[in-house]
Amino acid sequence: MSVPLAAPHAGSARFANPVRVLFSRTGAMCLVELQKLRRDRTELITRAIQPALWLVIFGETFTRIRAIPTGHTPYLDFLAPGILAQSALFVSIFYGIQIIWERDAGVLAKLIVTPTPRAALVTGKAFAAGVRALFQAFVVVILAAILGVGMTANPLKLLGTAVVLLLGSAFFCCLSITIAGLVLKRERMMGIGQAIMMPLFFASNALYPVAIMPGWLRVLNHINPLSYEVEALRGLLIGAPARLGLDFGILICATVVAISVASGLLGRLTR
Amino acid sequence: MTPGPAAVEVRGLRHTFGDTVAVDDLDLTVQPGEIFGLLGPNGAGKTTTIRVITTLLPPMAGSVTVFGLDVNGRKMAVRRLVGYVPQLLSADGALSGRENVALFARLFDVPRAQRRERTAAAIDAMGLSEAADRPASTYSGGMVRRLELAQALVSSPRLLILDEPTIGLDPVARSGVWERILDVRQQTGMTVLVTTHYMDEAEQYCDRVALMHRGRIRAMGTPGELIASLDGAGESLDDVFRSYTGDDLDSGGFRDVRAARRTARRLG
Repeated sequence: MSVPLAAPHAGSARFANPVRVLFSRTGAMCLVELQKLRRDRTELITRAIQPALWLVIFGETFTRIRAIPTGHTPYLDFLAPGILAQSALFVSIFYGIQIIWERDAGVLAKLIVTPTPRAALVTGKAFAAGVRALFQAFVVVILAAILGVGMTANPLKLLGTAVVLLLGSAFFCCLSITIAGLVLKRERMMGIGQAIMMPLFFASNALYPVAIMPGWLRVLNHINPLSYEVEALRGLLIGAPARLGLDFGILICATVVAISVASGLLGRLTR
Repeated sequence: MTPGPAAVEVRGLRHTFGDTVAVDDLDLTVQPGEIFGLLGPNGAGKTTTIRVITTLLPPMAGSVTVFGLDVNGRKMAVRRLVGYVPQLLSADGALSGRENVALFARLFDVPRAQRRERTAAAIDAMGLSEAADRPASTYSGGMVRRLELAQALVSSPRLLILDEPTIGLDPVARSGVWERILDVRQQTGMTVLVTTHYMDEAEQYCDRVALMHRGRIRAMGTPGELIASLDGAGESLDDVFRSYTGDDLDSGGFRDVRAARRTARRLG
């Protein structure tokens, strides 16, 4: 042995500030998620196939048959931000299954008994979901540009788009972890994941404007964070009318609440 | 050295899962610097006890302290002192060995200036330097176990807790893991609390052992003392165990069979 191991320290003499600990641990968890993604490049690409198909096949077809009234905006332009949000949603919902997998493999218990606030563990996952979503968004945006969707080139608006996607994915990732903390079983989680994903998607303005929805669906649309995400993306990317202040406000609040709830339920997974 | 608090002090611990009493009025003291073995068959309550000491489970009754800190009231402070290797092989296969260890260095606030060096030292001490930059998914079972030891040791814990560290490993890997544990103890003087159901390992490597059966401690002492207490009626810890529990060493019941199968499946 060349370098000896350090002798045990005298005790918890370093009294760390809890806020600093939260930030530094969140940073550590985000870093480790990035390191994992680096080995996952094939998956990053293959996961972009589904949103690409939505855009190319569904989008092109519905643009042609003009079934959905989107005013002066071509349907494909209207759809592209919706598909961005959808692909972020699909990535994020997967994280609940992943956390149950990590529980079953013993990884979660090992992390929970380190001096790490649970919110940092959850935020790391939420961040990873966001980064994955950004990779997909990159592919979808390029594709949309090739298909002739008129999108902004304003770097600030593009940055805003990235922030919206990060927040949206973080929220749905935490929602998924929350459900995982309630159902605790992988098989059940997969079923529920499927069962909530489609309603979230269809009860939003991702595929069609709110104006053509029946009344009850509009109510659901109002409480669905995905709709605010889509609205903000549409506003930023294709210049559609959007309440950006409201959209950002709701996404930030929803994400903070979801991180808190998911962190609170994380302990259930290791009992 | 001034007599400080015990490394682990368990008084009257009780924990139940539904109708099953996993730990029943348990008393246990681990002295600083010793290798203490908590022995017993599957389902004896060893893992539940460990989970309470590591702050994963709150004690339902009784008190547990680690170096004088209450595990229920001072969770974060306790976690800073403890390195924990769970029963399952649980390194992250998507990360390299070095990344696995560096994560734990960060989570335990190893100062940035020392992080690289201490990560490398922990990896080196576990004999994994050559494989350090390979994904952990390519490691053998024994290597993953040693990687987990490196993860637990990089923070220089005062108390190292190992739950069945050699389960599912072949004999060579088993002695490899134990040799590393002995090395570390010799170098750093840290306290080691280990559970196992391999009596031969406990006899060979532990300073003191406690025999646990159906949630209670049946006997405690050095392996030599316990064997001597048989008055010639036996010559190994296995015999000691039989004399305290009757012959029902293997009668863990259906639940244990299922648990053992689950473990076997998980370990491939």
